[in-house]
Amino acid sequence: MDWLLVGIILSAFFLLGLSRLTICIRVVAIQGALLSLLPILAKGSLAEVPLVLMTLGTFAIKAVAMPFLLFRSLREAAIRREVEPIISLHLSLLAGGGIAILAFSSLKALPKAIPPFSPIAVPVALTVVLIGFLLLISRRKAVTQVIGFLVLENGVFLFGMSLVAGFPLIVEMGILLDLLVGIFVMGIMMYHIHRTFDHIDIQPHSSDSVGAPAALPLHESERVTR
Amino acid sequence: MLSFLVALGILIFGSMISLLTRRWVRHVTYGSVCVGSVTGLFFAVYALCQPLAQSVRFGTPLPDLAVTFGVDPLSAFFLVALFGLALVTSLYAWGALHDQHARCSRLPFFPLLVASMAAVLTARNGVLFLVCWEIMSLTSFFLVVTDHERREVRHAGWIYLVATHLATTFLIVCFVLLRRETGSFDFHTWEHLAPLAPALAGLLFVLALVGFGTKAGIFPFHVWLPHAHPAAPSHISALMSGVMIKTGVYGLLRLLTFLGPPPLWWGVTLTAMGLCSAVMGILYALVQRDLKRLLAFSSVENVGMIVVGLGLGVIGLQQQNPLLVLLGLGGALWHVWNHTLFKGLLFLAAGSVLHATRTRMIEQLGGVLKRMPMTGLAFCVGGAAICGFPPFNGFVSEFLIYVGLFHGAQHLGGLSLCVVVAAIVGMAFAGGLAVACFAKIIGIVFLGEPRSESATIAHEGPLAMRIPLMVLGVLLLLGGLFPHAVWPGVFAALNVVAAPLHLSGADAGDPVLALLAPVAQVAALLLGLCVVAIGFHRLFYRNRRVRQGITWDCGYAAPTPRMQYTASSFTQPIAVFFRALFRPHIPYARPTGFFPIATTFAVHIADVAEQRLFVPLFRGCDRLFEPLRTLQTNRIQNSLALIFFSLIALLLWEVWFGI
Repeated sequence: MDWLLVGIILSAFFLLGLSRLTICIRVVAIQGALLSLLPILAKGSLAEVPLVLMTLGTFAIKAVAMPFLLFRSLREAAIRREVEPIISLHLSLLAGGGIAILAFSSLKALPKAIPPFSPIAVPVALTVVLIGFLLLISRRKAVTQVIGFLVLENGVFLFGMSLVAGFPLIVEMGILLDLLVGIFVMGIMMYHIHRTFDHIDIQPHSSDSVGAPAALPLHESERVTR
Repeated sequence: MLSFLVALGILIFGSMISLLTRRWVRHVTYGSVCVGSVTGLFFAVYALCQPLAQSVRFGTPLPDLAVTFGVDPLSAFFLVALFGLALVTSLYAWGALHDQHARCSRLPFFPLLVASMAAVLTARNGVLFLVCWEIMSLTSFFLVVTDHERREVRHAGWIYLVATHLATTFLIVCFVLLRRETGSFDFHTWEHLAPLAPALAGLLFVLALVGFGTKAGIFPFHVWLPHAHPAAPSHISALMSGVMIKTGVYGLLRLLTFLGPPPLWWGVTLTAMGLCSAVMGILYALVQRDLKRLLAFSSVENVGMIVVGLGLGVIGLQQQNPLLVLLGLGGALWHVWNHTLFKGLLFLAAGSVLHATRTRMIEQLGGVLKRMPMTGLAFCVGGAAICGFPPFNGFVSEFLIYVGLFHGAQHLGGLSLCVVVAAIVGMAFAGGLAVACFAKIIGIVFLGEPRSESATIAHEGPLAMRIPLMVLGVLLLLGGLFPHAVWPGVFAALNVVAAPLHLSGADAGDPVLALLAPVAQVAALLLGLCVVAIGFHRLFYRNRRVRQGITWDCGYAAPTPRMQYTASSFTQPIAVFFRALFRPHIPYARPTGFFPIATTFAVHIADVAEQRLFVPLFRGCDRLFEPLRTLQTNRIQNSLALIFFSLIALLLWEVWFGI
């Protein structure tokens, strides 16, 4: 099952280097699918009902529902299909490499993974969390922020899975984080945020947005006309 | 243990329900606190009498966090004070808040505060302790800023929030270091800690002293107390001053059980700091003009006395001197209970005065005793108890600490002898000033004539506000009359801290009991004398007519209340004597010319710890971190980047140095 972990980490790197939004969303979907397969392959049996249910649920949310919502929000909000990086894509890839080195070199300092999972699961999780974070801080668009958050959440999920024995808590954690991402996406769709949640100031909102309240906490600074 | 969890559940449930309802919020909140406190009080008294030592553990799959609640006599001792005072204050507030609907939005925090304090006192896991500690700080913050429309209340809340969070930072470092030594956050593994390196143990002690000392209000970390207590509603100040600051004392005691045999300098430091807070606290209390601010400084003084006792007990532990431990720690713990009772009473009585007159300013009150006889009597009883007058309970605990200090003066040498002798002098000095301080309040606020319009409208509050005062007053008297009944509880709690001395024998507390016998006799005698005197007074005046006249009538044609002594003039000699310390700021324009126009005179006395220590400290921090302000643009990516880089830095630190 190491190939799954490799796939997860590679998909994270792809995200750092890709410049087209649609492909980014597909890669996130693949990452979610790989992640949802991980627990069942690690145990190697289909006998445990909660495990199977969790796999199916995770797959449904991470690999189907979230990408679907993201694609829909791209369409609804008429977002231009390019990633707008703050630091260049090459530099982000290099930084991702640095993160991976850091995470794997701190193998000793990290807690051990629980047996069915391979010992490299923990550094992989750390790498994915930090790359997600890097995506969050180095991309300008609201949609890419959501993608970054999804990656971060995938990492946290992997962390929890490989470190904590009892499953119910992980499921709860996962649901909570997914809920947060869902709300982000809804926000993008409802308020037609084309580019970014840039400033947290509350400014008077321009009148052409449909159904938006007068004072909006997350507010785009610059609008692209449809 | 089950009944404790039930009490906790009732409190939390009550707070949730009172969030949902609007109409019954007052009844739900205070009803749940009453029921929860009664349940908890029964459990705590049982656990203290029984010497119960048990714990209940709810495992969570998260590493390092096991929700473990446990009780031993030390916890039970503080729980008795907590639930007892919570019961009384909730009854009081139930009556007091009947006409104040604006305050209802903050009520759900009240049961939560009681529950979190109970959880702090019983938590047996480091993480759980810190979480409960933070919940306690936050709920009390929200209660302090109940009247947030007023600017000074928001200011006070801000100071409190900063102080309490800084204190928690020290505690977090302390607990993480302990975790590093033992590999676990559970208290029972910390109890069996192998002897620590002296430097590390000293560091842990200092961290705990700052962290818990800030909550307890030890000088110079007391700066939040005189701001927060006047700002909070009176029943909240009573609960905070009566119990919440004692959780700091509890934390110190609990930590002492982990750190192994204490070196001498811990005891000396504790005694010196306690002495400093006792003297400084009462000096500042004396010159205050705000009734509740004065009581807050008086809390600093009393915590100082508790810490002096604590320090004496620690010196005794180091010297293997059982009597010193019994007297020092016993006196300190006893004073915790006593201070809970009389400070609760005083704050509630001050709250009644505030409720009736709408002012806390001592200079504007006067003649309250005639208009509010019950409240006035209760305040006098509380004042007598806090000054340590014999028939009341305050005498017993201070007596034990004094005897301990004298015993220490005979048996110690070197540095500790110096500190102990200084403590004797300082405690006596503080005690004398305390008498002056409460004579000032009683003389200016309760006696004399009203100094302002608001004082003339004073009237006794509803019965629900008077019953708690009566209950507390009677308890003060009973505590002074029957110290033998209280001592077993104190002894059980003390034994947890003094475990290395093996004082467990049945007659280990006998020397103290022998000391207490004459105390009880003298108290009974004094009470008897009082009763006889009152009886004679009644008998003598039974058939005579008592004529009432003007107090100040020495030849003046038209005496006005403004001719009375003021509080400032009462304390002026002391304020002048200590002017080097107080550094009073006196804006005063001397009248000039043949027909001088109106002029003003005022005296402002600022807290030296605040002005000389914390203001320069925070200003320096401001200057130091000014360049970082440029990083704070309101872009979300920048804020996230700061978190990201600090995470990376911490990870690198972990990998390279290994915490």
